[in-house]
Amino acid sequence: MADTATLDKLKARFGEADWKAGDRLPSASPGESRIVVPQSQLAKYLKFLKTDCGFDLLVDVTCVDYLHFRNAKDRFGLVYCLANTTTSERLIVRCYLNEPDLTVESAVPLWEGANWLEREVYDMFGIVFGGHPDLRRILLPDEFADHPLRKDYPLRGRGERHNFHRLTREEG
Amino acid sequence: MGVEVPDNVVVTKLDQMASWCRKNSLWPMPFATACCGIELMATGASKHDIARFGAEVFRFSPRQCDLMIVAGRVVMKMLPVLQRIWQQMPEPKWCISMGACASTGGVFDTYCVVQGIDRFIPVDMYVPGCPPRPEQLIQAVIDLQAKIQAEGTLMGREFKTAARQQEKRALLEILPGHELPRPMPRV
Repeated sequence: MADTATLDKLKARFGEADWKAGDRLPSASPGESRIVVPQSQLAKYLKFLKTDCGFDLLVDVTCVDYLHFRNAKDRFGLVYCLANTTTSERLIVRCYLNEPDLTVESAVPLWEGANWLEREVYDMFGIVFGGHPDLRRILLPDEFADHPLRKDYPLRGRGERHNFHRLTREEG
Repeated sequence: MGVEVPDNVVVTKLDQMASWCRKNSLWPMPFATACCGIELMATGASKHDIARFGAEVFRFSPRQCDLMIVAGRVVMKMLPVLQRIWQQMPEPKWCISMGACASTGGVFDTYCVVQGIDRFIPVDMYVPGCPPRPEQLIQAVIDLQAKIQAEGTLMGREFKTAARQQEKRALLEILPGHELPRPMPRV
């Protein structure tokens, strides 16, 4: 497999205590591997993966809320999907976060494309990206107060959709 | 004493004539946000041809329109935009809520989708369907035409500068045999 080289490099650089290789899923494509890294070290790992392992493309940044998920120990799983455009290797970097400390270092200095992706994760889950140049909501209106993709947010919201002025005929 | 009226002269009320002009020349503002917009386009295209009912002049500036057709779901971020566009349309104006989503939120009963635009702007006609067929939209236009003709000018607003209304009323009071007009029912 092409991806063992990357895992070996990670072992050589970071040892084996902090991070672990994730389970290989039946649905994984060839050349795709998964690792789980600690929250405080995320930026270091990403930087190493970009500069020394050739992962020059950030495909996606997303997040999963594991509230009430079976056998889950942590609340949020922050996911960075990386690709190496030279070797076609893919790597899923996962990092578990728990309240109240939902802060990680932003990946925007490494990949410019992380800007809007991290804003979306902030908007929907409330993960705070330290060092992000412009951490505002990207999809929801600025005055929205919640993070609606969290599992404890009610599907029908908390009245935001009805919190508007009602126009009548008289007002035109 | 009789007045001879030639054959090619019709006597009518100004209100009725204004309504007749308006109902046969509706200029729609297509507020199309979803798949209903595709049916709206089909309604305007040659097969169904909304021009047969005088409503083919779709304008993308609200200032040139008098019929807003809201075709598709409206999310809470879009609603202030919808209200602003409605307010920019000159009087008299009407609104068709096209499809299940615009009328009730449809299947999108979620935090961000407005559950019926009639909660926030006035609506004259509702078209059920997901999406409605062009025939249904045309039926709504026909029904709206009947409504426009029956109601006269919408609350008489454009004739209703206060002084003007007062003047008309005073005139009617001094003329014998005329009933005072009752106020229009609130729509």
